[in-house]
Amino acid sequence: MAQITLSKLAHSYYPNPKSDTEFALKEMDHIWDDGGAYALLGSSGCGKTTLLNIISGLVRPSHGRVLFDGRDVTDAPTAERNIAQVFQFPVVYDTMTVRDNLAFPLRNRGMDAAYVKKRVDHIAAMIGMEARLNHKARGLTADAKQKISLGRGMVREDVNAILFDEPLTVIDPHMKWELRTQLKQLHREFRHTMIYVTHDQTEALTFADKVVVMYDGRVVQMGTPQELFETPGHSFVGYFIGSPGMNFLDADIQGSQAMVNGLPVPLAAAYGPIKGRSQIGIRPEFVTLTTGQGLPVTITRVEDVGRHRIIRGEVSGQTMNIIAPEGMAIGADLTHVVFAAESINVYADDWRVAPLSTTRRAA
Amino acid sequence: MDKTQNNRAWFLVLPVLLLVAFSAVIPLMTVVNYSLQDTFGNNEFFWAGLEWFEDVLDSDRIKDALGRQILFTGIILAIEVPLGIFVALNMPKKGFWASFCLVLMALPLLIPFNVVGTIWQIFGRVDIGLLGYTLAAMGFDYNYTSDAVDAWATVIVMDVWHWTSLVALLSYAGLQSIPEAYYQAAKIDQAGRLAVFRFIELPKMQGVLLIAVLLRFMDSFMIYTEPFVLTGGGPGNATTFLSIDLVKMAIGQFDLGPAAAFSLIYFLVILLISWVFYTVMTNLDKRDGA
Repeated sequence: MAQITLSKLAHSYYPNPKSDTEFALKEMDHIWDDGGAYALLGSSGCGKTTLLNIISGLVRPSHGRVLFDGRDVTDAPTAERNIAQVFQFPVVYDTMTVRDNLAFPLRNRGMDAAYVKKRVDHIAAMIGMEARLNHKARGLTADAKQKISLGRGMVREDVNAILFDEPLTVIDPHMKWELRTQLKQLHREFRHTMIYVTHDQTEALTFADKVVVMYDGRVVQMGTPQELFETPGHSFVGYFIGSPGMNFLDADIQGSQAMVNGLPVPLAAAYGPIKGRSQIGIRPEFVTLTTGQGLPVTITRVEDVGRHRIIRGEVSGQTMNIIAPEGMAIGADLTHVVFAAESINVYADDWRVAPLSTTRRAA
Repeated sequence: MDKTQNNRAWFLVLPVLLLVAFSAVIPLMTVVNYSLQDTFGNNEFFWAGLEWFEDVLDSDRIKDALGRQILFTGIILAIEVPLGIFVALNMPKKGFWASFCLVLMALPLLIPFNVVGTIWQIFGRVDIGLLGYTLAAMGFDYNYTSDAVDAWATVIVMDVWHWTSLVALLSYAGLQSIPEAYYQAAKIDQAGRLAVFRFIELPKMQGVLLIAVLLRFMDSFMIYTEPFVLTGGGPGNATTFLSIDLVKMAIGQFDLGPAAAFSLIYFLVILLISWVFYTVMTNLDKRDGA
């Protein structure tokens, strides 16, 4: 178990990167606390897997250092780092039995047979494979194989961290839920540092204490699920977290009010002068339809998703999603929207701007 | 159900039937025909029954040739399969040098068999050949035309030179198909180089190795041209393998009956051993899956 420090870390697959776009990972400084459960969230190709492979030592970063508990391990091979990693697609040793597969990492570290048996039996019970311990791994289904991969990742107790690279992609939904619960339980039990890569926000938010959102090779925000919901640090976080994502409107910020297409929107705090493209962001949960107060809205569609309804519309030509409670009548008289002032965030060139003075908790 | 019966569609099969008849059935039946008859010339044939088969199975000459053949095939398989795997493991995975190696490895496979024989025939000569001259100059008593051991060594080295590439290329294709994640998982699991070979590379190569072993077995068991050009089966009968012996019998001595019986037995032996190889190796696979 270890605290993982990424110091001025950046990575490029080109030998001499010239521009920012040639970097798969842009320079970052982060500390991942010992015993934390982190979810690494982002769309495909944003550098999540590269970052994971750098931490486990499968890829050597082209710039910066990686430290475990303050010790520089940038040049240390994977074996020396003592990390467990589970990959997106099942990796099993075909010719071995399920038991030998699970025991493999322990035997490679020269553990004694009694201990190996105890751990293997424990893990087998956890992944529900006790009955098939003596089967060859070759004939198993994809999800059984992935369970073995997961088991191999969890079988060592003394690892510095366990990394999961979208491990539940091939598992069916029911089993997915169960395995995620078990991972969570395992984390509570042993307090391993766990990093879980996913592009599924539900998976990220249920698994992790802290969610790390990546976008275009950059960590754009690292925070609790609540922080990501209330104060997205970057417009990508706003879009990506939440269903539907945050609404953004181009606005002129003038002190404690924003002008949207000439109409004022009150803000909860005052802001200084904004450089670049300024926008306000508001989650659909904090938008209310009114009969005349606020900004005019054109409703284009109403979707009933069960617990609530999603209203799709436009405010001065820009998309506006609204979540309305179940049973609320959507009449033709509802032509305007108002925003809950304390839930409005201000963005300059996609990055969140902190207000000058505020009573709210800072992000 | 009132279907009109129209069997004329069978005529569509006729071209294939004719093709197979002329390419396989008729030549084979000619051999069967010779194997059951005897002749004293003048195109007059007499029924001989299974006499020739009995003769062939009793013949020490053919047993010796079979023994030499099995020894030769055994030796070249024992060398070429591990060597081919070793070469494949050490070839670059991508880039210019990977293509370069592939072309280089394919070259011996593209040379006509009798040219291979000629190349080694000259290469090994003590008077003008680079290999033979060098060995002689270094004080070795090397002469493949007069010494049986030298002849064997030369034939084996020639075959290894000619055919190891095939095993290497097949193994290389097998290795290339292993996803990178397997190697990464092995690193994470702290598996050593030997364990990676034993538990990842070898199982994943099993399919192509089966093909490689079968091809090399069949080809080497039927080898004719290269040793015929190199040693002519000599010195004495030291490198007279089955095909060489068969040609001597059929064309040299014009013993059509025994040669035909010999051909049929030869064909059945190859079929039988290939079938055994295939069954054993595929069953190994099934047992693992149980």
